[in-house]
Amino acid sequence: MAKLTKEELIKMYSQMVLIRLFESKIGEIYGKGAIPGEMHLSNGQEAIAVGVCANLRADDAVSSTHRAHGHMIAKGVDLKKMTAELFGRKTGLCKGKGGHMHLFDPSIKFGCGGIVGAGMPLAVGSGLAFKRKGLDSVSVVFFGDGAANQGTFHESLNLAALWKLPVIFVCEDNRYGISVTKEMSTAINSNADRAVSYGIPGVAADGNDVAEVYQVTKAAVERARKGEGPTLLEFTTYRLMGHFEGDPEVYKPKEEQEEALRNEPIIRLEKVLTKEYGVNVEELVKIKEARQAEIAEAIKFAETSPWPKPEEALEDVFVEGGVR
Amino acid sequence: MSRILTFAEAISEAMAQEMERDERVFLMGEDVGRYGGIFGTDVGLYDKFGPNRVIDTPISESAFIGAGIGAAMEGLRPIVELMFVDFFGVAMDQIFNHMAKITYMSGGNFSVPMVLRTAIGGGYGDAAQHSQILYSLFAHVPGIKVVVPSTPYDAKGLLISSIRDDNPVMFFEHKLLAGLDWLPFGVKGEVPEEPYTIPLGKADIKRSGKDLTIVTASLMVHRALAAAEKLSAEGIEAEIIDLRSLVPLDKETILTSVAKTHRLLIVDEDYLSYGMSGEIAAVVAEEGLYDLEAPIKRLAVPDVPIPFSHPMEDFVLPNEKKIYAAAKALVQE
Repeated sequence: MAKLTKEELIKMYSQMVLIRLFESKIGEIYGKGAIPGEMHLSNGQEAIAVGVCANLRADDAVSSTHRAHGHMIAKGVDLKKMTAELFGRKTGLCKGKGGHMHLFDPSIKFGCGGIVGAGMPLAVGSGLAFKRKGLDSVSVVFFGDGAANQGTFHESLNLAALWKLPVIFVCEDNRYGISVTKEMSTAINSNADRAVSYGIPGVAADGNDVAEVYQVTKAAVERARKGEGPTLLEFTTYRLMGHFEGDPEVYKPKEEQEEALRNEPIIRLEKVLTKEYGVNVEELVKIKEARQAEIAEAIKFAETSPWPKPEEALEDVFVEGGVR
Repeated sequence: MSRILTFAEAISEAMAQEMERDERVFLMGEDVGRYGGIFGTDVGLYDKFGPNRVIDTPISESAFIGAGIGAAMEGLRPIVELMFVDFFGVAMDQIFNHMAKITYMSGGNFSVPMVLRTAIGGGYGDAAQHSQILYSLFAHVPGIKVVVPSTPYDAKGLLISSIRDDNPVMFFEHKLLAGLDWLPFGVKGEVPEEPYTIPLGKADIKRSGKDLTIVTASLMVHRALAAAEKLSAEGIEAEIIDLRSLVPLDKETILTSVAKTHRLLIVDEDYLSYGMSGEIAAVVAEEGLYDLEAPIKRLAVPDVPIPFSHPMEDFVLPNEKKIYAAAKALVQE
């Protein structure tokens, strides 16, 4: 595998930092009660979002889970509109009707949802649409290791493999399905091995190494664009936070968490950048500062945006109009 | 020009004409290809359009219904066939949480222009897992249009409208209307050759009358029409309203009719409780109560699964005799 250039890695670092700082800030604001609903953060999983999406074009589709902020940012969402949606404001991506778990943005071909394992059939559908239209776009679906035990996982892999669709199944093994460990929920060690059942490539890789995520995904994307069909990827990582904000996390051993913090993807990338690529620490600090400013601006936009009118709740059940 | 077609032929023709008209339209589901659909509704499509537009799927409802949603979000216009409505449970999440809600949750940013066609109904001894109606379940969840045709003419026009609609539509086809040799009953009727549309949300008065209103849909329209002939011989004129769609619901036609006849009988092949018959009764109680001269009467399946053996199945399903008796009692009330 060709080594990534310094510029490529710095760009990825900047994206990962944006996700981490954004989510940390959102967690803080959520804790004060300013954001409705539940809050699921992806701290520790940034390398997967960024490494995967760095391979994607604007015309590629992404579907995601209830832990979607990172994926959406990596796909290039307008941070202000996304933040406003989390706050339930009229200026949000979905006019305040979706919220944190249901973020949709056709301009970046992105959708997500709060039902475990449900995104995979939809991703098969966009892959089917690309193939039917004769495009070389790909459809990427993120899901957790918990979702790999849903029937939709097996049905979707079978269908995508059967029809040779350009779908890339990205399993984020963050070790936990809420509080239950992967060892307690999954009969085999790596979900990537399940690809054998469908006659497609399955690759397990280190999800905390952004360069590795990028390279592994690159091969899958190339294969899909050439019309050779789907790939199943599983990236191991660690959910640094609870399942949701407010989760007491009594099920996580302390030593495990300490080990995870030493191995988390941003610190690892900082080491690589400074030691192997000669980037100085000041440069990294500058990147963080720039991202912080962007986040502050997005939050200010959300906080000062108007609320939807209550009766707007009655709109958008159906789209209006005839044939398009 | 009109010819006589079966209900199933009318459905197949509607799909063929829409597939010819619009490249984005395609059909997928179990046995829709060479077989032509278990209830004959897809006959001829495979030969005409080939395996790329008439796609046989594995028995994998979550995946192919979900794939329909994903394809619709990418701008295609899939028609997806769920063989029996009774099987919806295996794909309920895709239907209720995704097909129905993505438009709303996205603030109207994504539309899901897809038709989910499915076969409904009993009356031929297929028992509890292959005889249900269930349209009320889907009508209960916001975001799905629910269409229930009763004649070949309506089936074609309503299906073309459904395919052209930008929203998810569930289209319910009664097995006994299809016109297959191995099933009893079956309807034929005049259907124009050229494509035409019937607006969704407009009920049809299938028979005009002054003494009572019978609101119903699908197969029960035919049962009610037969009962009305008997009633008419005795001087009782029933007005029969075929809802044609439960969502949108044409309240106006129902209320106007009740204001004229002052009596309402609702005939529903679905379960009695918490369903279509209750909804229509509530609409009339809320908005037309003072037009009534007798309590509203409902005829539906008495909250038991559909039994296998004929005497028991006949006992629970509404039929011509029961409609006749209920209508007569209501007029004499």
